[in-house]
Formats: sequence, structure tokens, C-alpha cells
Amino acid sequence: MRIAVEINGASYEGDVEPRTLLSDFIRHDAGLTGTHVGCEHGVCGACTVQVDGETVRSCLMLAVQCRGRSVLTVEGLAPDDAPLHPLQRAFHERHALQCGFCTPGFLLAAEALLRERPDPSEREVREALAGNLCRCTGYEGIVEAVLDVAAQMRAGGARDGGEHGTGRAA
Amino acid sequence: MKPAPFHYVAPQSIAAALAALGEDAKALAGGQSLVPLLNFRLARPATIVDLNGIVGELAYLRRSDGALRIGALTRQATLERSRVVARGWPLLAQAVRHVAHPAIRNRGTVGGSVAHADPAAELPVALTALDACFQVRSAQRGTRTIAAADFFQAPLMTALAPDELLVEIEVPPLPAGAGTGFAEHARTHGDFAVAGAAVVRAGTEHAAIALLGAGPTPVRVPDAERALRRGASATEAAHIAGAELDDDWRRALVTDLVRRAIEEASP
Repeated sequence: MRIAVEINGASYEGDVEPRTLLSDFIRHDAGLTGTHVGCEHGVCGACTVQVDGETVRSCLMLAVQCRGRSVLTVEGLAPDDAPLHPLQRAFHERHALQCGFCTPGFLLAAEALLRERPDPSEREVREALAGNLCRCTGYEGIVEAVLDVAAQMRAGGARDGGEHGTGRAA
Repeated sequence: MKPAPFHYVAPQSIAAALAALGEDAKALAGGQSLVPLLNFRLARPATIVDLNGIVGELAYLRRSDGALRIGALTRQATLERSRVVARGWPLLAQAVRHVAHPAIRNRGTVGGSVAHADPAAELPVALTALDACFQVRSAQRGTRTIAAADFFQAPLMTALAPDELLVEIEVPPLPAGAGTGFAEHARTHGDFAVAGAAVVRAGTEHAAIALLGAGPTPVRVPDAERALRRGASATEAAHIAGAELDDDWRRALVTDLVRRAIEEASP
């Protein structure tokens, strides 16, 4: 089936079988390999992206279901020529990643959380991220990074927030 | 870890979906249970009938004649955020928060959870405690309504025929002054529950207790419900609810979860 999907504001076309998963379309057809594929059955959260602003597991959607819809991947958080997204910067500063495999999924889940709940408690952050597994960090740095960005937003906008804030690029 | 090939149908109406369903076809709602099964190739249906083109007809939360009507394709996240649900049927809001994670609830549907009938799923247990009815439809035989007690038959097995589609869930109003409680134990937040309990209680007038993880389907415990109506304490009723379970550990767990759910439901 011929499909066109908007990813990070650009249109990507492909000729896919109905069984093609959204995660594989993003990586193989669109060539956006920032989205990582871990368990492929919805448990690990590594492949988390946003479709029309809502987080989804891209391994649990078919690419054909995204015809005409808008997908945001980690590449869309901060385009190549732009500074890092505040969440990416906070992850860097808080050592919230080691191998980095789970990071794109965490970033997109955290971005959705802060958009819906700009002032989350630590417990709310932990609950919102409970569907994303990290085997390296022990989660402390990740939770601190998200709380940092929330605090920056309360203090009047995150650094570099003028351009994209915690809003979506797409 | 990729689905086997299938024929893909994306109907734009309930009628077209019913025409496409049958022996070797599977309805795709939110896909949060079906797609993992496809990825593992544990399910290899010849045809996938994608219902997401008919969300307009099948996704709604409506109050009519005091009852709550939930369109089968209503996302779990919509149920979670609904003020109508929080006010009138708080047990559903309490239960849905335990369903996996936000990214799963954004796609997963109420009807999908019911039709999949995983014995560890929260919504079937809550709906059983609420005496919900399920409206199912087929092209050949029209619409019929099935009570929760008759709907869930075994793990992943329901009264739905292959050519039938679950279209609506009807939840009767709660008795006046009723409180609700939901408690479960899972190894990590959002994981499948090992055991759980859903309770609706209105003083000595009404008591409903449904168990998760105490059998192959959601289980009601009429003896414990009767005890509550006769004024038994939460601890006493919980002991009756767990008494039938053979395994010591599971009995202790279920008993404690029932006690907590009763206490949450009792003002």
C-alpha cells in the first residue's frame, strides 16, 4: 500500500505491506533511526513516539494506520541546526543516560507529561515514565532531569525555551 | 518479531466492519494486545479488520436514563479523563489508572480490553462489579445484550462469536450513596496484576465484590457480598471472599486486597 505519513513536519512516502509496523516505517522507510526498537511487544517503551501529540508505542501500531497523521520522533525535538531541547539538555546534565538506547522513548514520554502536567510531583513523574525501561541508570537521573525542566518552566521558561519550549516541533 | 502477512480491511462503518468479520478475521481496536500477539505470530489471522476508521460511530461516553453508555472504541485514556465517569462511576476511573502505562492507554480501548478478556485485566473486573452489560452485533443475527457474568467464559474466551462485534458497554447507575474501591497487586506499576479486587458498596443496601486473579475470569463472591450487607466488617467480608482459594499466598493476597478495596469504598 502506498502511504504518506508526516514525521517531524515533513512528509514521508513509502510502499508498505499492511503488516509493516510504524516503528519499522520510521526506521527503514523514513530513515529516522533515533527511534529505537527494543522488545517489539509494547513492554520496554524504547520505541515510544507521539502521534497527533499523544504518546504511543510505535511497535504496536501499523504504519498504514498513520496515513495522514502527524508523528513526532526524537529527531523532531531538536532539529539538527537547533540547540538541544530542554529535556535533552537536562538528561545530559543529570547523567540521565548511559548507553542511550532507551533515551528517545523517555524523552517523548516526558515531553507529553510536561505538556499535560507542567508541575508534576516526583511520584507523577515516576508513574508517567513507568512504562519505559532503562537498564543502565537506575532512573534517579532521569526523574531528576524531568523535575529540573519542570522547575525551569515554572521559573519562567526553560533555557532555549523561546524557540520550541516543551512544545512540539511538528 | 514481525506479523505474518494478512489481508487488511479498514471499514468506514459498523455495517462494513460486520460484513468483513468472520471465522478467520480479527477485529483490530487499539491493538495493544492484538499487535503483540501478531508480532509474536501467536495470532495469524487471514484478515485484520481495522476498526479505527469508525471511531466516529464507536467512540463515545454518554449518560442516558441514568446509565453510562461506553462506545466500544473509547480509548482508555478518555475513560480516565472523563468527568462523567469520575462523578458517576468512579470505580472505572480507579481501575483504568492501573491499566499499563499512559502510552498504552492512549491507544487501548475499553471494548478491546473487554473482548480480549485477559484474566489479569482490570476493566473486565470493574465492569463485573458494576453489573455491566455488553451489546454485541453481527450482520446475520443483529444485536444482542450479554451480562458480564455470561460474557467472560475463560482466559481470552468470551461469548462473542467470530462474526460478532462488541459495540457498546452499558453500566447501570450506582445505588444512591454508593462508594467504590479498587485495589491490586502488580510487581511494578502498570504491570499485569497478580491479583486485585473491585468493590461497590452502599451501606447495608448494596454490596458487589469482583476478584481479579482468583479464577480464569472475573469472579463475584456472593457470600462475602451478603456478609457485607448484613453488617460484617471489611476484614470479615474479605476473609470470606478469599476463603475458596487453595494457595496460601494467593489467599492472603486476595484477602488483603479485598479488605483494602472495601475500606476505600466505605465512607
